[in-house]
Amino acid sequence: MEFSLLRLVPLLPLFGAIVNILFWRRVSRRFAGYLACTTVGLSFLLSLQVFWLLPATRVLHDTLLTWIDSEPFKASLGFQADPLTAVMLLVITGIGLLIHVYSLGYMGRDEGMVRYFAYLNLFVFFMTLLVLADNLLLLFVGWEGVGLCSYLLIGFWYQDHTNTIAGNKAFIVNRIGDFGFLLGLLLLFWELVRLGAPSLNFADLRQTVHLLRPESVTFITLLLFAGATGKSAQIPLFVWLPDAMQGPTPVSALIHAATMVTAGVYMTARLNFLFALSPETLAVVAWVAAATAFFAATIAVAQNDIKRVLAYSTVSQLGYMFLAVGVGAFSAAVFHLFTHAFFKACLFLGSGSVIHALGGEQDIRKMGGLKSHLPVTYWTYLIAALAISGAPLTAGFFSKDRILWEIYSNGSVYLWLVGWLTAGLTAFYMFRQFFMVFHGPSRVAEPVKSHIHESPRVMTVPLVVLAAGSISAGWLATPEFMWGSVWDRWLQPVLGAEKAVAHAAAGEEILLMALTILLAAGGILFAFMFYGRESRIAARIAASPIYQLLANKYYVDEIYDRLFVRPFTAWATWLARRFDPGVIDGIVNGVAGGVRASSLTWRRIQSGNVQHYLFAFLAGTILILVYFLGR
Amino acid sequence: MKDLSLLVFLPTFGALALLLIPRRQTAALFKAALGVSLLAFCQSLWVLYRFDGDSAGMQLIERLRWIPAYGIEYAVGIDGLSVFLVLLTAFLVPIALLASWTIHERVKEYLFFVLLLETGMLGALVAVDLFLFYVFWEVMLVPMYFIIGVWGGQRRVYAAVKFVIYTMAGSLLMLVGIIFLATRNFQVTQSLTFDLLRIVNLHLPYNEQMWLFLAFALSFAIKVPLFPLHTWLPDAHVEAPTAGSVILAGVLLKMGTYGFLRFAIPLFPEAALAAAPVIIALAVIGIVYGAMVAMMQDDLKKLVAYSSVSHLGFVMLGLFAFNLQGVEGALYQMLNHGLSTGALFLIVGMIYERRHTRMIEDFGGLWKQMPIFSAFFLIVTFSSIGLPGLNGFVGEFLILLGAFQESPVWTALAASGVVLGAIYMLWMFRRVVFGPLDRPENQRLEDMNLREICMLAPIVALIFFMGVYPKPFLSRMKSSARLVLQRVESQRLAVPLIRSETVVEGKTARGN
Repeated sequence: MEFSLLRLVPLLPLFGAIVNILFWRRVSRRFAGYLACTTVGLSFLLSLQVFWLLPATRVLHDTLLTWIDSEPFKASLGFQADPLTAVMLLVITGIGLLIHVYSLGYMGRDEGMVRYFAYLNLFVFFMTLLVLADNLLLLFVGWEGVGLCSYLLIGFWYQDHTNTIAGNKAFIVNRIGDFGFLLGLLLLFWELVRLGAPSLNFADLRQTVHLLRPESVTFITLLLFAGATGKSAQIPLFVWLPDAMQGPTPVSALIHAATMVTAGVYMTARLNFLFALSPETLAVVAWVAAATAFFAATIAVAQNDIKRVLAYSTVSQLGYMFLAVGVGAFSAAVFHLFTHAFFKACLFLGSGSVIHALGGEQDIRKMGGLKSHLPVTYWTYLIAALAISGAPLTAGFFSKDRILWEIYSNGSVYLWLVGWLTAGLTAFYMFRQFFMVFHGPSRVAEPVKSHIHESPRVMTVPLVVLAAGSISAGWLATPEFMWGSVWDRWLQPVLGAEKAVAHAAAGEEILLMALTILLAAGGILFAFMFYGRESRIAARIAASPIYQLLANKYYVDEIYDRLFVRPFTAWATWLARRFDPGVIDGIVNGVAGGVRASSLTWRRIQSGNVQHYLFAFLAGTILILVYFLGR
Repeated sequence: MKDLSLLVFLPTFGALALLLIPRRQTAALFKAALGVSLLAFCQSLWVLYRFDGDSAGMQLIERLRWIPAYGIEYAVGIDGLSVFLVLLTAFLVPIALLASWTIHERVKEYLFFVLLLETGMLGALVAVDLFLFYVFWEVMLVPMYFIIGVWGGQRRVYAAVKFVIYTMAGSLLMLVGIIFLATRNFQVTQSLTFDLLRIVNLHLPYNEQMWLFLAFALSFAIKVPLFPLHTWLPDAHVEAPTAGSVILAGVLLKMGTYGFLRFAIPLFPEAALAAAPVIIALAVIGIVYGAMVAMMQDDLKKLVAYSSVSHLGFVMLGLFAFNLQGVEGALYQMLNHGLSTGALFLIVGMIYERRHTRMIEDFGGLWKQMPIFSAFFLIVTFSSIGLPGLNGFVGEFLILLGAFQESPVWTALAASGVVLGAIYMLWMFRRVVFGPLDRPENQRLEDMNLREICMLAPIVALIFFMGVYPKPFLSRMKSSARLVLQRVESQRLAVPLIRSETVVEGKTARGN
């Protein structure tokens, strides 16, 4: 069905961004904030309407114009909303709205607030564009556009080089992934031309991709997945996300936890019919994801920056989502994306509230005992931490166990084992952080101590809403032996019916669940024993070499630096300083110099002396005569 | 005198009229020159209005007998390959003049040369007669020589001489080629003419095509510049005044790629096909090489100059992909490069005028002091990086799309230029605009004034427009691009022998 209001979902935030940018000097900070919140709020209302309209219409269309038209290639600026898009829209605009509102408080005194809200609105524009795009190229526009906003917001406080270096790193690492994405797109297109169906529209792709040769499908999907490893921070391109925490905390919540970084998961879900065709790619995805999930969780155990713990946690949780993708359980992947958006946004905003209260302090070793000072933050943080740890009946419980169950019933026991261990680690690092921040004796620096205050309403209300979501969001998709899943029925038109999840094996499922709960409880218990009370174990752990290895993130950044960055810059320096001026320009100037030198020699014959000329004339004549007579 | 001729010679008339204004009245001189260039721009819009986007051939043709004894005509016309380059030229000259407002020495001569240069560029773009093209081609050199050599920087004479001699060396061979071509045409058809539209029907043996192609290609490749013939460019750019750099990057470099598309490829299609693997290889090397060298430059202008080598490599790659996406992408990228690189030179010029240095390390933290400037800079930077939604992406994407069909491996290498572009541009941008504003000299910098906003705002508007709505451009390029491709394609089918040679060469080139 045509639904021409669809375009307003992205265009309203774009309008907000444009107004704030063009009139940055005229508008007040307060106006900028309200405008940004209003536009996103309206987008949210429209998204709700899309959600209501969908069951009857299956899919909504809205095409603005033909964008690129070069026979046989054609891509339009066209939007479509199906159940998958509707879910994503609700997450983006819903959580986006909460974070916009939260930012009114968090950024209220920042002199760059107008710019901040312009960027944030721009982000919502690109992100909604990404999920509304009806073809792969337009998706790529949103894909790179959110990267731009990420770059701008990481480096928002631009006067500090660390921030802008992190911004550059984010954009460039993402570009490396996008390089793969772009090649995958090109390969897909020309393979489709070969089939006589050159269209990158998702609706058309769904009909045509099964005609592709299996090996090209593998190539295409691997290249597209390379793009996803960049955007969604998987091995080997995850290195940008922890550094991205240099941005304002609400940005970390919205962009680097709830929405943008899940774009890779969305892309694979959007192209589920393509990825499902290549078991090889899915195997690669699954193992990359498992490695990422576990590896990032171990790093999170040893981080002391409150946001970095959450950043590695995000990397790890994204690994879970791709694990689900890797076993073909797209619905489970998107479900975890959905629940994760709530509890991770809540955790980030909670950490923002803590940082706000402590005047910018981010080191959890300098916190402790904040429970009584920040009651709302404390309780919401606890709920979200329980949710991510998979405590029974919370959102994370249902979505994570769903994934683990899908992996197990797919027959991948080793993958399940990795996922299971990661669940334990998750509970451990979350509660290690939780106890260090909120419990125990206060280690807060003296001058800060007297100023600790709970955040204003405008910040705590979003926390409460997100905490409520962290509990209830999971109830949409419960196991068959409970009340089943609304979620899967909703997404079925896009993602297809899930492979028969062995209904009979409810007993087995409950057993696995119990195992996970046990492990998570163990993780929390250990965290409590080490960090929740006076204990010397914590200090001893911190001194161990393994802890040091983890604290230094396995030295991945250093290894990349040695392996790639330095050799590359050395090469470039050699080219720029030696080869280009020396060899290439040297040859040019050499030729010129040679001509000049030979002219200097030959010009001597132009002596102006008539006798010389006559002599040369005579000699020439004789030579010619000798030549002709001698023949 | 009809539409095109009026457009071409309006700047010359303007230049002559300037001679009547007393040299001390610099403001009047500037205003007059600007007025003339704006008139020319309006005329170019009129030409666009009269232009029929659906037809492939030359339009608005004008012919005058010029040197009848040798069959030389004054013949001009316009088609989908040239129409937007004409527009770009007429668009950039007023902006370049606005950027020259800060010149105080020999203003009269300077403006005279800029307007003369405009005639040269427009003439070369609309010339249909080979000899006439050559004349305009050389006419462009003279004013540029003076603009660099008189109003340039420290090593201006070295740069100007290098620019002229390097370009001349190539174009002389082209002149030989043109004369040879006309003679051969006379032998076959018994009519002496330099008319491109007639000579293009001459079918030469492969051998002769190859030699002639090389003569033309060398001349154009220097202008592009194609790796490894690029070293005149950084010198010329660094020494040229801002307006010179803008015109050089914006229009003159396109003369090289335009020359390939207008002359070298349609006249010698078999040779072009055979040479394609080599040219594609050089183009891709240029993309990566230009980007890597740009990365390590300390001088902003040199950085932008080497980025041009990289960007023009994309254009060449697209042209020699020999399919519609490649050629349209290349044409589009010519316009994009003219806008974004032109704007980058304007931006460098603005801070140079304020601080009298172009060294990256002398800046830092400019955002605080110059927010409007920084915002413009940011947009232009991302246009140059090829961010989707801005103009650069459309061109780069179409080029890669076209090239991929021809050679996936070379395309993959070329696409790495997209990553490298982000690296050097963002690194430069960070060092200039971000960071603490710690140098005292930078703390008093003034933000862009109205004149400077007027220079950049139209460019930025086009950057957005061309990124979102390329259709009006692409649809007018399509027919003419198809026509060129048909000529190449017919050779591909007609001479299977040559084609198989191409394939063999292509394989060896790829194997290396």
